[in-house]
Amino acid sequence: MSTLDIVNPKEAVAAAIPATTNNTVLSGSEAVLEAFIAEGVHTFFGYPGGAIMPIYDALYDYRDKLNHILVRHEQGGIHAAQGFARTSGEVGVVFATSGPGATNLVTGLADAMIDSNPLVCITGQVFAHLLGTDAFQETDVINITTPVTKWNYQVTDATEIPAVLAKAFYIARTGRPGPVLIDITKNAQIQKFDYEGYTPCNHIRSYRPYPKVRKEYVEQAAALINEAKRPFVLFGQGVILGKAEAEFKAFIEKAGIPSAWTIMGLSALPTDHPLNVGMLGMHGNYGPNVLTNECDVLIAIGMRFDDRVTGRLDKYAKQCKIIHLDIDPAEIDKNIKADVPVWGDCKETLPLLTQLVNKGNHKEWLQRFRDMQQQEVEAVIHDELNPTSEVLTMGEVLKVLNELTGGDAVIVTDVGQHQMIACRYAKFNQSKSNVTSGGLGTMGFALPAAVGAKFGAPERTVVAIAGDGGIQMTIQELGTIMQFNVGVKLIILNNQFLGMVRQWQQLFNDKRYSFVDITSPDFIAVAKGYHIEGQRVDARENLRTALKTMLDHDGAYVLEIMVGKENNVFPMVPQGCGVSEIRLK
Amino acid sequence: MQKQEYTITVYTENQVGLLNRIAIMFSRRKINIESLNTSPSEIDGIHRFTIVVNETEDVLRKLVRQIEKQVDILKAEFSTNEEVIYQELALYKVPTPVIAEKAKVERLLREYGARAVVIRMDYTVFETSGHREEINKLLAALEPYGLMEFVRSGRVAIIKASTGFHDKLKEFEQRERSEEVAENEYLGQQEKVFTM
Repeated sequence: MSTLDIVNPKEAVAAAIPATTNNTVLSGSEAVLEAFIAEGVHTFFGYPGGAIMPIYDALYDYRDKLNHILVRHEQGGIHAAQGFARTSGEVGVVFATSGPGATNLVTGLADAMIDSNPLVCITGQVFAHLLGTDAFQETDVINITTPVTKWNYQVTDATEIPAVLAKAFYIARTGRPGPVLIDITKNAQIQKFDYEGYTPCNHIRSYRPYPKVRKEYVEQAAALINEAKRPFVLFGQGVILGKAEAEFKAFIEKAGIPSAWTIMGLSALPTDHPLNVGMLGMHGNYGPNVLTNECDVLIAIGMRFDDRVTGRLDKYAKQCKIIHLDIDPAEIDKNIKADVPVWGDCKETLPLLTQLVNKGNHKEWLQRFRDMQQQEVEAVIHDELNPTSEVLTMGEVLKVLNELTGGDAVIVTDVGQHQMIACRYAKFNQSKSNVTSGGLGTMGFALPAAVGAKFGAPERTVVAIAGDGGIQMTIQELGTIMQFNVGVKLIILNNQFLGMVRQWQQLFNDKRYSFVDITSPDFIAVAKGYHIEGQRVDARENLRTALKTMLDHDGAYVLEIMVGKENNVFPMVPQGCGVSEIRLK
Repeated sequence: MQKQEYTITVYTENQVGLLNRIAIMFSRRKINIESLNTSPSEIDGIHRFTIVVNETEDVLRKLVRQIEKQVDILKAEFSTNEEVIYQELALYKVPTPVIAEKAKVERLLREYGARAVVIRMDYTVFETSGHREEINKLLAALEPYGLMEFVRSGRVAIIKASTGFHDKLKEFEQRERSEEVAENEYLGQQEKVFTM
């Protein structure tokens, strides 16, 4: 056959690869979808384009088995996959095409990497023979995404697909979870090959997701805890990722240790649990921050001592012994030197520790948290939740929302002042209920993540809370909500400013408000344009009814709430200060 | 903590793209790589990177943990210069007429443990191996004779006390063979494959 005779790319590739007919013959694209089915994937997100068309063509025949949600932007797609992973505890999956499709995933990958979300991202890529030639919509996706993926791999031959996909799902969900990206060239998607079935992966020789638990460290940790007069537990998302909420609760209850959370750990322990003493970090609660520097043993569980949690490191927890439980050995001693490192999955290590610790209750010590909480209530919380000013506060919105949901809703937040207020005041009864961009701080996260969160937990109420800035970054996802009838309730807390930056400019830059004055469209008209119901509220007497209308509404709803323009979030640990230098005003 | 020279040894799967994954761990922290060598190891299918950096022990410990955490990396460790036996190799190109006339070639070769790899009418190439100081000494000695070209390799190092991991690696490779590296067989086949 002369090269000129070949006009169909499918035939071109098929001609290059002789196929035997003993087994099932599948295309690379079909093998990808078979892998999804074998891995239990039912819903995923994506956006088609040239280089991923063969997979979309195959998907046409899998429409009854796989639910593909067409987003409005690839960033929306990956945030949705993150939201899905966070509420379902399963791997989130997203498709994008080559070039701009793939680069639009990068923000979401970085977000998922730093917040340990299990994701499998499939990107289309130009034909293998075009790699490196600046072909149409070609980008070097593997190298662009290397620093923001747990693992990535480029497939140029369809026969690799079953094993690579199996590896991808295994790596994404095991150990410390993270995003995996598989880039598949168009020829590999088209190529037919002898399909020998799908074998899930459960071992990679160079990858040890679960470090071996060293008993002696558990014993040392228990000994320290048993001697402690003022022990203090800090917990992060590791408890949720390890599905170890019950083990965690059993541990703190037996030892009677006050426990505070990072925003990624929020909802792992019910808000009204007697040992839950609140939030850590820059806008966290007063007691947990100040008492970090007064405890005698600090027990960190599945958290990584982020700078927003620790403030200045040389003024952080210098007086105490530190026990650090983490599944990721690279986290031990990274920011804070641990006296006793307990490597391992906390689902495994916590019960061992619980066995060895004495029953205890540190009543007086716990009372100190309660006393400081009272101080915080008087100085900050009371006014935030029950303002006497005419304008609404974000805090009172959360208070009424808590009363109406009873703490059963999934709360998805964006980034900024409203995020801190929501994390501080939202009530949670069950785990996997708080979805937020913690590590990366990605504005525009909330709306698409809420779409995914709703698919991940369809029976639950999902409330997205965003500011007037962040919502404008990904507002196009209202289109996804419209098309697929996603019952997301969106609250826009509008203070007519990029509030968090404005707060810093007020406090640290002499009120030089540099480009934080943001104007907004008529959000309700925008929602109506997408055939989504909504209303705007600016008076206190209408707040409760409006929130109730939103929650009772069958389907998506947009509620814009006008709040005080120059309200600040307090308490605050100013940058460069130690946690005990937290300011109440 | 004082910065000093360390040799990092990384055992990896033989994977396309792994060099970048390792290299960005350094560039992310703005650490300059003094030298980098990649080669097969004593075990079939397992690659070995030898990387030299100037850093504090504290930073290095964190860095090496983050390297070892990567999925395709079997083992990463770091050693001080005292803990390794190491060599670099260098080539020197000098004009033959000058060197033949003016230099005491024989003495040079003896003194620096060098040897002539190529002798032509127009130029001669010497080779030596050793620590950087030794290589630099010969460089200085040849400079007056119209040195035309000089190149030095990355460091290769053997860890003095590394019998333990060797056995483990062997065990790895015995239990499960390395995967074949999948290369792009279509590259350069543009003319044969018609695409849209």
